[in-house]
Amino acid sequence: MFPWLTVLIAWPLVGAAVVGLGALGRSRTGPASAGMGLARPLALLFSLVEVVLLVGAFAAFDTSAAGDHQLGSIYPWIPQIGASYAVGVNGVGLLLVALSVLLVPLVLLAAWQEQGRDEVRLRKFVALVLLLEAFMVAVFSARDVFLFYVLFEAMLIPAYFLIGGFGQGAGRRRAAVKFLMFSLGGGLIMLAAVIALYFLAVGAGVDPSQAFLVRELIEVDLGTAAERLMFLGFFIAFAIKAPMVPVHSWLPDVAGNATPGTSTLLICVLDKVGTFGMLTLCLPLFPEASRWAAPFVIALAVISVLYGAIMAIMQTDLLRLVGWTSVSHFGFIILGIFTFTPLGTAGSSFMMLNHGLATGALFLTAGFLVSRHPEKSQKIAAYSGLRSVTPVLAGTFLVAGLATLSLPGLATFVSEIMVLVGAFGGAPTGSAAWAIAAIPGVVLAAVYVLLTYQKIFTGAPAAGLDALPDLRVRERIVAAPLVAGLLVLGLVPGLALTYVNEPADRTATFLTVDEPADAAAQMGSDK
Amino acid sequence: MNDVIGLAPWLVGFPLIGAAILLLGGKATDRWGHWLGVLASAASAVVGFILMSRMIGQVPEERAIDHHLWTWLSAGGLDVDLGLRLDPLSMTFVMLVTFVGTLIHVYSVAYMDHDPHRRRFFGYLNLFVAAMLTLVLADSYLLLFVGWEGVGLASYLLIGFWDTGRPSARENAVAAKKAFVMNRIGDMGLIAAMALMFSAVGSVSFADVLPAAAGDGAEGISPAIATAIGLCLLLAACGKSAQFPLQAWLGDAMAGPTPVSALIHAATMVTAGVYLMVRSGPILEAAPTAQLVVVIVGAVTLLFGAVVGTAKDDIKKALAASTMSQIGYMMLAAGLGPAGYAFAIFHLLTHGFFKAGLFLGAGSVMHAMGDQTDMRRFGGLSRFLPITWITMGLGWLAILGIPPFSGFWSKDGIIEAAFMPVEGQPWRAWVFGSVAVLGAAITAFYMTRLFFMTFGGRRPRWTENQHPHEGSPLMWWPLVFLGVGSAALGAVLGIGGTFTTWLEPVVGHAEHHEPVLPVPVIITTTLVVVVLGALIAFRMYAVQLVPEEAPRGSVLTRAARRDLYQDAANETLVMKPAFGVARLVQVGDRDVVDRGWSVLPQAVSWFGAVFRRAQSGYVRSYAAGMAGGVLVIAVVAWLVVGLGGAQ
Amino acid sequence: MDITNYVVLAAVLFAIGATTVLLRRNAIVVFMGVELMLNATNLAFVTFARMHGDVTGQVLAFFVMVVAAAEVVVGLAIIVTIFRTRRSASVDDVNLLKG
Repeated sequence: MFPWLTVLIAWPLVGAAVVGLGALGRSRTGPASAGMGLARPLALLFSLVEVVLLVGAFAAFDTSAAGDHQLGSIYPWIPQIGASYAVGVNGVGLLLVALSVLLVPLVLLAAWQEQGRDEVRLRKFVALVLLLEAFMVAVFSARDVFLFYVLFEAMLIPAYFLIGGFGQGAGRRRAAVKFLMFSLGGGLIMLAAVIALYFLAVGAGVDPSQAFLVRELIEVDLGTAAERLMFLGFFIAFAIKAPMVPVHSWLPDVAGNATPGTSTLLICVLDKVGTFGMLTLCLPLFPEASRWAAPFVIALAVISVLYGAIMAIMQTDLLRLVGWTSVSHFGFIILGIFTFTPLGTAGSSFMMLNHGLATGALFLTAGFLVSRHPEKSQKIAAYSGLRSVTPVLAGTFLVAGLATLSLPGLATFVSEIMVLVGAFGGAPTGSAAWAIAAIPGVVLAAVYVLLTYQKIFTGAPAAGLDALPDLRVRERIVAAPLVAGLLVLGLVPGLALTYVNEPADRTATFLTVDEPADAAAQMGSDK
Repeated sequence: MNDVIGLAPWLVGFPLIGAAILLLGGKATDRWGHWLGVLASAASAVVGFILMSRMIGQVPEERAIDHHLWTWLSAGGLDVDLGLRLDPLSMTFVMLVTFVGTLIHVYSVAYMDHDPHRRRFFGYLNLFVAAMLTLVLADSYLLLFVGWEGVGLASYLLIGFWDTGRPSARENAVAAKKAFVMNRIGDMGLIAAMALMFSAVGSVSFADVLPAAAGDGAEGISPAIATAIGLCLLLAACGKSAQFPLQAWLGDAMAGPTPVSALIHAATMVTAGVYLMVRSGPILEAAPTAQLVVVIVGAVTLLFGAVVGTAKDDIKKALAASTMSQIGYMMLAAGLGPAGYAFAIFHLLTHGFFKAGLFLGAGSVMHAMGDQTDMRRFGGLSRFLPITWITMGLGWLAILGIPPFSGFWSKDGIIEAAFMPVEGQPWRAWVFGSVAVLGAAITAFYMTRLFFMTFGGRRPRWTENQHPHEGSPLMWWPLVFLGVGSAALGAVLGIGGTFTTWLEPVVGHAEHHEPVLPVPVIITTTLVVVVLGALIAFRMYAVQLVPEEAPRGSVLTRAARRDLYQDAANETLVMKPAFGVARLVQVGDRDVVDRGWSVLPQAVSWFGAVFRRAQSGYVRSYAAGMAGGVLVIAVVAWLVVGLGGAQ
Repeated sequence: MDITNYVVLAAVLFAIGATTVLLRRNAIVVFMGVELMLNATNLAFVTFARMHGDVTGQVLAFFVMVVAAAEVVVGLAIIVTIFRTRRSASVDDVNLLKG
């Protein structure tokens, strides 16, 4: 069988090498040599070919067995410590791979003129984006805990440089360090749990050369205390990544200081590793501990929903505001995951995709707006009355905003209602009450979206802003697929639900049945 | 009927395509866009007529059809089809929405003639029609919610239509946002109701939920759950229909262009709450407590709106208050069970005609008077705007409930239903019946006031340079149609109970009870107080001179002028505490959470600051440290070994 | 003669060397102290080798001598370089590693 995932991982790496190695050894002021000016088109080409490869992967994916991990390969990597190169995706993983692969060309296109004309700098920038893409695809496909951990940490490297080196805020270096410290802190705790998991698995009789494979680890009974500790190790790392209140502090700073494109990749895709990890590692590996922690996690998730929304309302910086809305949405995703119902879990899986589209659209549109300001101001108060000046930009922003507030008819609504309704009937105690408590989040969402729209786009145009250009063709090309995707998935969500229903059913069954042996075999199945 | 059912999706499809073309087409469609908008709405109306005529041809039992389109959402036990339910109730709405909608489209072609963004306006109007039809044709609560929010979005866009480039631009935008957010508060109820339905029945489609609610409880919904669902739905209805306590947005919504006020904020969208209540009838009937709350909300709003209406000098705001009050009547009827449903919908229908006529008439007056809305600056307009005068006169008589105009047939039905005795609660008939009669009296007062302040009086109170004249035929023909409807619709559908029979397959047959008072007494009393109210208003505003500046007025007048302090109350009771919480969260995030995390790096750097002093750079001090360390280890080792050996 | 005396002598020599390192400022003298400590250790190694009838200690002594020789070469070179630049052989003048 064709190793689709390996190819999808390798291709952006090749791209990063081809584009990035040109950055070395060339002087900034030297004569224009062959290959100059090609960084952006070349990177775009690589990312578009990746999209074509993705189409192939979708064609090869067997949707009738969407709960199985497919398209993968498995090779021994470091057999001495039990690490393997094992990749494979079920429906959820495939959708997130798709999200990563689809957003990268849009981000490259959106950032076309953002990083100036310095070719060396541009080469570094696009190489980092492609490198990040490879890591993101790999981390959503990893079926080996060690491989997952390595990628989980490796992603930080391109992300760190994209924030700190190519950001647009004054505090970008500080934000990059903050991001790195939070992530590394979480990663360290996770590392301890990973190592402990290995020894426990070997102790339980798993072949030491394969002791990091998820499919082997699922079968291991860890014992209550150890399982809970390891659950916490993984969960804290994922909660920081997700980000969840109260370990969210790095996110607004990053959103406010990174470029909108970086924020899109970081918050719309990379952060999904947190919720994806909860769904595909925490729940299957530590089912008992997940049930034990669920009431607490649900409470924190709902607090995140409301907290993020309230903070978003109070922001004065447009990009930080978008960052805070994500805290709110990640709360919904986590709420759905820990309901242990097929509906809630499927809703969360779907929401991971939708949030990427909606928030991506909002970040990129906000970026278009900021790039038009003479001083590149991110302050909401610096704008006014732009609806009459840039009607298409205003309309795009409004649609992206409406998607963020989950307007029925758009995809985000479907997933949000699935999560809320699923959570209402959730398995953990108190989930119905918490689901009700999360509902005011929809009102707060309306406030932060419409208040922002009102301040920026209505009233009299601010001085100096009455001749801003409307969205250019390039920018429309960026926004159109996202908006179209949200509309189509809103009317025919079945297109995506086909991929998430079966994994969600399996997860919910696995977590709610008493005798999970068969369910475990299903959870770990790799094709 | 099955041969034409395939047309049903086009009811929504035509206006949706129209909206898409107009909103995506950009300036290229500016020249003919408004006619495309009219065409889309008219096409939808034609489809509606075809379906309606075929439906009338069916026997009553076969009039309800569920038309499945495609599976919308299927996950984890929740299966929702995207399907349309065509039955007498939804078709009544389809006729109202498409017919009145098309008239208002035509009217708007002239009314918005000078607006550079007329095409966008028609795009939004078409979007509204599509969403409203989705709302009423949906076969599940989830799809209903799509239409529900869709009309909310269209309403938001249209209230804020003039949100740039005018002095009042920012206020219009704020009004639009206020409407949307208050609707969202109501929407929480609909979301919660769907969650309850799914957990109780495992479905959110009408075909599953409503029979389960009507069931005997074995397989169905328990009374407690039904009460919860009913109250949640009521919350949603309050938001959408501007019922107490979520009524505050409707007055501000008058910031939108007048055709919008007529279509959305009078005839159709704001009545969606009543539709929701009637559609969910079986749930309410299983929950008497919820029913009582519905009636109370209706009664309170009906008085609230009427009182506010008496003091408003802005013609549109007076009409908005009146709308609120009339929907209060409908809501009251919807809470009375099967006896009230038909009259709630009947009043909704007649109200849709006469209120749309009144609003369009007001628009015509404003058009003639240079966008003046203050009724104290009108007066004596009957000579200059004869068509508007006559058509608004018909609307005025209709809303007063003077027989044989249409309002009489529907409103009288509601008043009679309100006097129906409720088993075990004899006070209810008297209280709600009296409220309904009192409301009719106040309605007569404020509508007469409005009518004569505008058209009556011997001395015009116009500002300078006013040359009132009728607008183009595009404007007054819709007025004529609506005027005829205001006059005749009630009698056509009301005599012999045609309309009640028509709705019976949906809302069920009402057992006939005798009201606590004989029917002729009720009718006579109502008419007497209505005429009394009208006479008082006539004396005050037609016979006596109307001052151009509003007198200070009594405490009640001043309160009514300020909408009984609804904004102040919301501000104090909701906004301020909410903002306080938000400030608290903000400060907490900055000073507790963020600072809390920064304690870690601070601790590390403090640690470093302390221990860097040990790095003196003197080789000998390092050597001393090493020697000392060795000594300590040696001593410890000796002690440990020594003590260990001693044991 | 009691073999313990050799150990005592090694300890005394080591103490003298350590004291020299700690108390003297002149780099050359400090260096001599270090050498003294190394040789005291060698003495101890050889003594213990004798005690246990095992050559491991003697082998280690040879290693120490080799290392000490290399250390003298490098160390003296550093001291000479420092003296050339600073005109002083006092170890207290060289505190560039102060934190």
